[in-house]
Amino acid sequence: MTTAPALDSKQQAAVDAAQVAVQSRGYWTTVGGRIRDDKVTMVCGLVVLLIVFSAVFADLIALADPYKASMLKRLAEIGAPGYPLGADEMGRDMMTRLLYGGRLSLFMGISPIVIAFVIGGTLGLVAGFLGGRVNMAIMRVMDVFYAFPSVLLAVAISGALGAGIGNAIVSLTLVFIPPITRVTESVTTQVRSLDYVEAARASGARSLTIIRVHILSNVLGPVFIYATSLISVSIILASGLSFLGLGTEPPEPEWGLMLNTLRQSIYVNPWVAALPGVMIFFTSLSFNLLSDGLRSAMDVRL
Amino acid sequence: MTRAPDAKDGALLEVRELRKYFPVRGGILNRAVGWVQAVDDVDFDVLPGEVLGIVGESGCGKSTTARLLMHLIRADAGRIAFDGEAVRPDDAAGLRELRRRMQMVFQDSYSSLNPRLPIEDTIMFGPKVHGVSAAEARERARELFSLVGLDPAQFIRRYPHELSGGQRQRVNIARALALEPRLLILDEAVSALDKSVEAQVLNLLLTLRRELGLTYIFISHDLNVVQYMSDRVLVMYLGKVVEIGPTAEIYERMQHPYTEALLSAMPSMDPDRRTETPPLVGDPPNPIDPPPGCRFHTRCRFAESVCSRAEPRLGPAAGQDAANGAGHLVACHMRVAGSGHSQAPA
Repeated sequence: MTTAPALDSKQQAAVDAAQVAVQSRGYWTTVGGRIRDDKVTMVCGLVVLLIVFSAVFADLIALADPYKASMLKRLAEIGAPGYPLGADEMGRDMMTRLLYGGRLSLFMGISPIVIAFVIGGTLGLVAGFLGGRVNMAIMRVMDVFYAFPSVLLAVAISGALGAGIGNAIVSLTLVFIPPITRVTESVTTQVRSLDYVEAARASGARSLTIIRVHILSNVLGPVFIYATSLISVSIILASGLSFLGLGTEPPEPEWGLMLNTLRQSIYVNPWVAALPGVMIFFTSLSFNLLSDGLRSAMDVRL
Repeated sequence: MTRAPDAKDGALLEVRELRKYFPVRGGILNRAVGWVQAVDDVDFDVLPGEVLGIVGESGCGKSTTARLLMHLIRADAGRIAFDGEAVRPDDAAGLRELRRRMQMVFQDSYSSLNPRLPIEDTIMFGPKVHGVSAAEARERARELFSLVGLDPAQFIRRYPHELSGGQRQRVNIARALALEPRLLILDEAVSALDKSVEAQVLNLLLTLRRELGLTYIFISHDLNVVQYMSDRVLVMYLGKVVEIGPTAEIYERMQHPYTEALLSAMPSMDPDRRTETPPLVGDPPNPIDPPPGCRFHTRCRFAESVCSRAEPRLGPAAGQDAANGAGHLVACHMRVAGSGHSQAPA
C-alpha cells in the first residue's frame, strides 16, 4: 500500500491478459477435448447454435412476412405450396413465424438469466466472502423469494406489473436471482475457507485482489454452469407467460403466444398447432443437455 | 555458515500472553454459550536463526498459535513483537510489512494452491501484491523454483494437480519464500508426505535455512522429526505452554510429566526403548471447560490436591543444573520449591 508502488493499470492489464491466456490453454484445452468426445453434447450444441443462428438471421432466411395474413391459406397443411410448414389460424407462414418467434423466445429466455447471473452472482459473492451479518441479511431475503414456486412467482410479478416483454423479463429475473445467489454463496463460502485463500491473505493481499485472482476463478465456473442449466427452465417460463397473455402481445410472433392462439385449431390441423410446442421442447432440451455436458466436461476434479 | 542462536541479538519474535478463545455458539439467539480456550496466555521467544519446534497432541493449540502469529485470526489478547517492533493488529500497513517478513507453509499441500492458477502465477502473486513488477516477479519465481529443487523449464507452467505431494509442498515453500521473509512458520508442513519425500523436504528446509539465514517455527506432532529439525522445543498442552527448552534438554532431561508421557509414546527402533503400557490414558479434557489448576492434572500420575487448586507458572525448574538447564522452563508444581507438592524440592 504505502510501502510499494503499485503496478500501473496497463502493466496490470497485460499481466492479467497473459495470465488468462495461459490459464485458458491449460484448462480449456482439457475441457474442449472432453466436449469433443461427448456426442450428445456436440449434437445439442449444434442444435442450439442452429436455433440461435436462425433466430438471429431470421430476416435473411425467412421466405415471407411474418405478419402478412391470408384468409385463403388459413391453417394450410405442412408442405402446402409456398408454405413449407403450413400456415397459422390467420394464414401467416408458420416457418417464418417460427423463425421470428425464436428471436423473442430466446431473448426472453436468456436475458433474465444473464441479468440474474450478474446480480445474483454479485450478491452471492458478497454474502459468501463477507459472511456474518451481511450473509444473513442477503440470504434471508432470498429465502423469502424461495417461499413461492417459481412459476407462481413469475406469474404473480408479471400480473402485478402488467403484460409486456420488459415486465416479463423483470419478473423472470427476479425468479432466477435467488437460486443463483444461493449457489454462488455456497461455492464462495467453500472456496473462502481453503488454505490458498488464507495463504493469499497471509501474503498481505487485499480482499478485492483475493476475490479477483483466487475466488472468482474458482467460483465462476460452477455458477456459470448452473446458470446455463436454468436457461431451459427460463425459456419454458417465458413461453408460459406469453401463453397466459402476460408476455408478448399479438401479433408478435412468440412460441408461447403462438401455441396459445393455435390452441383452438388443434382438432383442425394438429400438426401445425403443435409446431411451436415442438420448438420450445427441442430448444429447452438442447440447452439442458448442453449444460449437462458442459458441467461434466468442466467438472475437472483437479 | 550456521548462525548460532545468540541471545545478544535479542529475539526475532517475542510473544507475550497470547490468548485466543473461540466462542461456542448455541441457542436460538446464537449467543456464545461457552469458550474454547484454544490458546491461553502463551509466552515464548524465537531467536534469530534458530528452529523452534512446537509439539503437542491434536487440538492443543499449535495451529491456532501459527494463525495468530500470521494475524490470520485476531488474538483476544497478547503482544507480539517482530525484531523488537511491536505489531499492532489495527495497523494495515504494518501488518502488510509483517507478512512480508513472516510467511507460512500450510499442512495440506493441495488445498493451499489455487487449482486454477499455474504454479508460477501462485508464486508471483505475493511479490506482485507487494508492488514487484511482473517481469521481476517472474524472474524471482524461476530462481525460487531452482532453489527448492524444481526445474523451472519443466514445472513453471504446470497446474497443482499435475504435481506430486512432495513437489506441491516444494511449491508452497517457494511461494512462502517469494516475499523473502526472515521467519517461516511450518505448520505440519511435512506431516502429509510419504516418509521418503518427507526426509527430502526436511533436508531442503535445513539447506534453505543455512543458505538464506532463515528462522523457522516448526510445528509438528511427529516427535522424531521435531528432534531432527529443532534447536529448541516448546511443548503445548490444551492451549498452554508446559515446557520449553533446548532440544537435547527436552528430549533427555524432560521436567514435565506430560513431556515425559509424550516422549515415551515416541516410536523407537531400539527394542530396549519400547514401552508396552500406554503412557497416557484417555483423551485430553474438553478445552471448552478446561480443568482448574494445572490442566494436565486429570491425566497426571503425580497429581495431588495442589495441582487442581493452583495453576503452575512457567519457570526454571528448581534444583536444575544451571549450566545445562539454561533456558529450560517448565510449568509443573513438582519443579517449584515449596509449591506444596510432595515431590517438590524443599
